[in-house]
Amino acid sequence: MRGMRNHSLALGTLFVSILFAIMLISLVYTPHPPNEMNVRERLQAPSARHLLGTDNFGRDVLSRVMFGSQTAFQVGAVSVAIGLAGGFLIGTLAGYAGRWIDELLMRAMDALLAFPGILLALLLVSVTKPSLFQTMVAIGILAIPSFARVIRAGVMQHKEADYVKAARGLGAGNANLIFVQIVPNIASAIVTTAALNFSTAILIEAALSYLGLGVQPPDPSWGRMLNEAQSYLTKSPWFALAPGVMITLSVLGFNLLGDGLRDLRDKSN
Amino acid sequence: MGMTEEAAIGADTPLLDIRDLRIQFRRGSGPPLPVLDGVSLTVNRGETVGIVGESGSGKSVLSLSILGLLPGGMHIGGGEIWYDGRHPLHRMSGREIRALRGKEIAMIFQDPMSSLNPGLAVGDQVTETLRLHLGYSRREAKEHAIRLLRKVGLPRPESLFGEYPHQLSGGMRQRVMIAIAVSCNPGLLIADEPTTALDVTIQAQILDLMRTIREEDGTSILLISHDISVIADMCDRVLVMYAGQILESGTIDDVFERPLHPYTAGLLRSIPTPAKKNSPLDSIEGRVPAPHERSAGCPFASRCPHAVERCRTEMPELVAYRGNHAARCFLAETEGAHRHAAV
Repeated sequence: MRGMRNHSLALGTLFVSILFAIMLISLVYTPHPPNEMNVRERLQAPSARHLLGTDNFGRDVLSRVMFGSQTAFQVGAVSVAIGLAGGFLIGTLAGYAGRWIDELLMRAMDALLAFPGILLALLLVSVTKPSLFQTMVAIGILAIPSFARVIRAGVMQHKEADYVKAARGLGAGNANLIFVQIVPNIASAIVTTAALNFSTAILIEAALSYLGLGVQPPDPSWGRMLNEAQSYLTKSPWFALAPGVMITLSVLGFNLLGDGLRDLRDKSN
Repeated sequence: MGMTEEAAIGADTPLLDIRDLRIQFRRGSGPPLPVLDGVSLTVNRGETVGIVGESGSGKSVLSLSILGLLPGGMHIGGGEIWYDGRHPLHRMSGREIRALRGKEIAMIFQDPMSSLNPGLAVGDQVTETLRLHLGYSRREAKEHAIRLLRKVGLPRPESLFGEYPHQLSGGMRQRVMIAIAVSCNPGLLIADEPTTALDVTIQAQILDLMRTIREEDGTSILLISHDISVIADMCDRVLVMYAGQILESGTIDDVFERPLHPYTAGLLRSIPTPAKKNSPLDSIEGRVPAPHERSAGCPFASRCPHAVERCRTEMPELVAYRGNHAARCFLAETEGAHRHAAV
């Protein structure tokens, strides 16, 4: 029942659920095709026909915002998967092997962390052709250190536990000890890190797209929409408001979810 | 391995044969410190052998060395460990020795609270060893695991299978640990303080269970404990360890009724009994010397009430006096055992 008092978890779950529902709906239905241009209806205020108005090409903002959630979830999921895979490999290796391997890998992670995230993403995206795929890989690489640190700490803590020693005494090998004995005990920490990285990924993608280096036109992305809306901020503020609210909602939602999960874990430990 | 050597393995070959085992601890600089200093012991088929000693006597290191689980920094500096006359545990590779762990030689650890994985269901922990060593399918392993849980006296094994360790009491957890340990029907069971963390009534139940398993499966047991009554209750023979050496060994009756070594006598005197109520408990002053504090003479000399000059300068040998009853003490030779007798 302690979970009931966990407001972060409740609010985070609510926000994320809403976004997820919007994303699911956009797969089958949007009020208008998101890339359909109509020059005669450009920069319209919200109306019954266009609930959130239209953009500078006369495209329906609501449809584009809905469609943008697909990009956000895709970027979040893929980059978290890349970060988790890399971080798991490096974290378990460093934590389990220890000694100079640990030292080497973790100093490399420190070096990666030392760069401001957005700067490194900019570098990675600008040396190649900007695309959604490049963006996701860049953000995924940025997420590796945080996963590696959490997983390394968990592995180091649990590899000395009595039950791991007992399992070793009963003939378990290294792979078995890591995957069967240790990983289930650090799963909650990994999930928390994943939620927090999901929000970071969405934020960085929005930033890169805003700078024109992420998702390329005409595909809708919240960051890209903000970029386009900037020029019309005084004339049609609703155009900028919609993607801004979506970015805020998703970053807040995943952050609250991550914090809530961490609180839950701290209490149960 | 030659034919002649194999032919020599018979029913009278000890299941476990440790000869003059030396374990050293390597420090950053300086000579390695002796942790075990020439320990020999045998465990025969179906026999239960006890090792008794205080903390720091090296009894746990001895048990870990058998399974190749020595903590970092420690290594075998000499001697041999033979299992079943054909497995040289002292020079086997990690992979070879791992195949024996849990299958031929299983271990029960001291603290059942921390020796079970809190993140895994009880059933998964039992089936893991079965699948590892016997190659069982998931379903076969589950059936076998439920039989094992029933065998170790756990109620409602089917529902227990999916429960987590925190839902179980200490005694139940130790039963699960024993179920895991005996799951592959090992020849030798090493029990390192199996009842120390348990209540007295639960202790008796766990010891009963170990006795049942010994009788049903013919498992040999190496029982390590600081508790003399547990050893006396369970074992055929006992070795008294002190500062990495065996000070006395023999049958339970010989060692505990007619101790030859002043240390054994002191241990026996320090057991609280109702008869000693209201009088101060006997204790042995001081503590076990750490490896770097050991001197040339008898390791017990500094605490021994009977020590003479020779004890401090010269190391006594482990000498057999009556049959298999052996002691490492100059005084046992010259002054007879009964002078130190406790009871």
